[in-house]
Amino acid sequence: MVPTSASLFRRQTGSDLAILEAKGLTVGIPTEDGTVHAVRNVSFSIKPGSLFGIAGESGSGKSVLTQAVMGLLPNADIGGEVWFEGRNLIGLSQEEMRRLRGGRIGMIFQDPLSSLHPFYTIGAQIAEVLHAHETISPAEARARVVDMLGKVGIPAPAERFDDYPHQFSGGMRQRVMIAMALILKPALVIADEPTTALDVTVQAQIVALLDTMRRDFGTTVILITHDLGLLSSVADDVMVMYAGHRLEYGRAEDVFRAPAHPYTAGLLRSTPASYRPGTELAPIGGRPPSLLATPAGCVFAPRCTEALPRCSSEPPPLRRYSDGVEALCWLEEGASTVRPTAKTATIAVKAAPPEPVAEIDDVCLTYQVGSFFGPKRALNVLKGVNLTVGRGETIGLVGESGCGKSTLARIVAGLVPATSGRVRVLGRDMGALDARQWREMRREVQLVFQDPFGSLNPRRRVGAIIGDPFRLHGLAKGDERREKVRHLMERVGLNPEHYNRFPAEFSGGQRQRIGIARALALNPALIICDEPVSALDVSIQAQVLNLLRELQRDLGLTYLFISHDLSVVRHVCDRIAVMQGGRIVEMETAERLFADPQHDYTRTLLSASKTLPAFAEAGRRSLVETRVAS
Amino acid sequence: MSDVTTKEPSPQTEVVQRGSFALTVRRLRRDTASMAALCVIFAIIVLAIVAPWVADITGHSPIEQFRETGLSPAGIPVGPGSEFWFGTDQLGRDVLVRLAYGARVSLLVGVFAALLASLIAVVVGTTAGYFGGTVDLVLSRLTDLVMSVPFLLCALALVSAFGPSLTLSVAVIVFFSWAPMARVIRGQVISLRRQDFVLASRSLGAGPLSIMVIDILPNLAVPIIVYTTMQIPNSIVFEATLSFLGMGIVPPTPSWGGMLADASSNSLYLVAWWLIFVPGTALLMTTLAFNILGDGLRDALDPKSARTMRRLKRRPKAGAKP
Repeated sequence: MVPTSASLFRRQTGSDLAILEAKGLTVGIPTEDGTVHAVRNVSFSIKPGSLFGIAGESGSGKSVLTQAVMGLLPNADIGGEVWFEGRNLIGLSQEEMRRLRGGRIGMIFQDPLSSLHPFYTIGAQIAEVLHAHETISPAEARARVVDMLGKVGIPAPAERFDDYPHQFSGGMRQRVMIAMALILKPALVIADEPTTALDVTVQAQIVALLDTMRRDFGTTVILITHDLGLLSSVADDVMVMYAGHRLEYGRAEDVFRAPAHPYTAGLLRSTPASYRPGTELAPIGGRPPSLLATPAGCVFAPRCTEALPRCSSEPPPLRRYSDGVEALCWLEEGASTVRPTAKTATIAVKAAPPEPVAEIDDVCLTYQVGSFFGPKRALNVLKGVNLTVGRGETIGLVGESGCGKSTLARIVAGLVPATSGRVRVLGRDMGALDARQWREMRREVQLVFQDPFGSLNPRRRVGAIIGDPFRLHGLAKGDERREKVRHLMERVGLNPEHYNRFPAEFSGGQRQRIGIARALALNPALIICDEPVSALDVSIQAQVLNLLRELQRDLGLTYLFISHDLSVVRHVCDRIAVMQGGRIVEMETAERLFADPQHDYTRTLLSASKTLPAFAEAGRRSLVETRVAS
Repeated sequence: MSDVTTKEPSPQTEVVQRGSFALTVRRLRRDTASMAALCVIFAIIVLAIVAPWVADITGHSPIEQFRETGLSPAGIPVGPGSEFWFGTDQLGRDVLVRLAYGARVSLLVGVFAALLASLIAVVVGTTAGYFGGTVDLVLSRLTDLVMSVPFLLCALALVSAFGPSLTLSVAVIVFFSWAPMARVIRGQVISLRRQDFVLASRSLGAGPLSIMVIDILPNLAVPIIVYTTMQIPNSIVFEATLSFLGMGIVPPTPSWGGMLADASSNSLYLVAWWLIFVPGTALLMTTLAFNILGDGLRDALDPKSARTMRRLKRRPKAGAKP
């Protein structure tokens, strides 16, 4: 039985029986630096059969929250109550939790490859779930698994039963995971970033599948994601988390149309998916706070554009509005929903075609693969790519994983030789350089990498990393080099005083700035950005994208910008090349491509990327209740 | 909108950010076994340093034979007492003084051989791992070859050919101990070589030597430190083995292995237990201490290791909410 003290949450959700109800959930994880307050005083209730979205950036505590609910954090100090089917999950014994997990609560993880066992067939792995919870004959289990696999859209399920995880594509693996989570018809499924590791077109399919499944089975779904576009399309209720706090909570439609909390509003403004021509991305300044400290006031206050004097000294009260939206904020009227417009029309129409920096002429790349005994076969990664990058322009290269876009980048950079075809940078053939010329060429082409953690040497100081181009080309020494590095750090928005720090002391966005500073050092003719923002949080993404644009405006840089995300590319690029299977299938100026896509594949990509609803007037909303934080 | 937004966090919410070195020291200090091991190692180093003073205080040189006071009329060594604290050996020499001088040999050979072996291992491992292909093939097979040679047979053959000496002992020890570490380093380098930061350096125009020394080597600090520490006791035991077999340090220069050999050669240990017990204990404590320290260092340097996590969990929950 759910106790009556939870009446407040019932009232607001309009449901009499919540399937999962958390009250004052607090999670602290002890580490060597002190206790990380991953979740603080979070309450929510989930209606049966609904899709509950938890949104937040990395480190917001959204995954920790669900892990705590599932009893997967044995080390943590967990306070508060979580009621599920009349039982408080917090403090339940391991044995009882085990029976609940899988049986009543299913889980779907982010990376389907690492969460499936590579040694067992997928059928055996799903059947194992059945055997663990029910007494059932192998034949019967097989029948049910095959049936389930069919329902999640695996073609020829009876034959694929005996296949291993590596024989499936990423999307198919995620379908297998969904089948595994749903096979026991659990009351609740927790999907932790189920689509993050997948391509855009596959993402859309998986989300649609989750939505269908919850309708067919009546399962309640908790969808944890950083992707607001995704949530706005499927979620019934959403909870926005930041630094362990529940900042906003309410019906998805109301929250996305008129966010009450400045953080939600800021997130929506900084998402490239909400881009409309003529508007500028508005990043949220600063970076998320340390979870070790307990702030005196609102956690978001240091980054908030609408902060009041009291915000940083007193904990904010809980505001409840007439449409059921709750926000933890001092603002009575809710956040302002004004979207900033672009300062000037930055994209000047280029009359004459600019002088080419890089010419890619019918480039092919073929790998010889094959087992030791088996016959060799050729793997065509690039099948004749033609592309010209003019000075001062930004060319976007868009495609799904495996389409060869990163390989093309490495060929243009001269790091990988092409099998056939020619790459000319500044009129010089990259394939015909001797060692000394190749080294000289390094000054002209620079790379910014995707992974801000892997691309900086963890054991070297930031000053040394940014100074590397000078050291390697023997250009500036001693104080002169230090001065140049400090100047570069300032240029990309880093504090030059942090010269002697290690990369680990910086956040993801700052590390990407370090990478950009290093690429800028020798004033190259062409900078190749290989997915420069896909590893970053939304609010940080916008900061880096704006930095790249600003640098281009000021220094006249040329970018080859590679991304899987059309909305990001649209925001920064003049022309976009869409790649599929090692070929460029469509090449058009950014706005024309969006307005009038010619190729089928471009249309598929466009329809798969989500757009957010426009902000609406918040006029019909009024403050109903204010509860001062205890 | 207001000045408050840029205000620094209030003092009570400040968080101490510790550097990686400070964290390592903190973790090491929390580990009692490692601290005890460090004390033992320190004591042995002090013993080796003060060996001449020990000789002065007792008034016994390590090679002087005290036939009147150090041996009973029947020629049996005297046990520990006020004159000879750790007793005497079969020639009437002071065991304590010999132990102290033996510590010099053991530490010198142990540390020197371990450092030299690590150097070779790093060079071979990094070269093989970074270049791959034929270079890797040749160096890896060389490593396999060294590991498959029966060391004692080979050592005995070498020593009988060239005659025992300190230099030869060190050379033999180094030759037989670099291979396992080289393999580990090679594996690490292969995984580091594929990291983006190496590609970034390459795209900046860095040559192989620059990448190996500046980019890859600092990332190998942890395995190098741990393996070198673990290699020291191996070298000490190695040296003792050679001396025990009469192939190491030339008598009458004292060494722990040689002392054990003397004790066992004429079954004297049956009547004079201290001849085995004293150098044996010293050898055991030294190797044990270095091994425990190496273990502790590995845990301290790798915060993700299971033992550190367990220790963290066991700590009382100071800030736990009721």
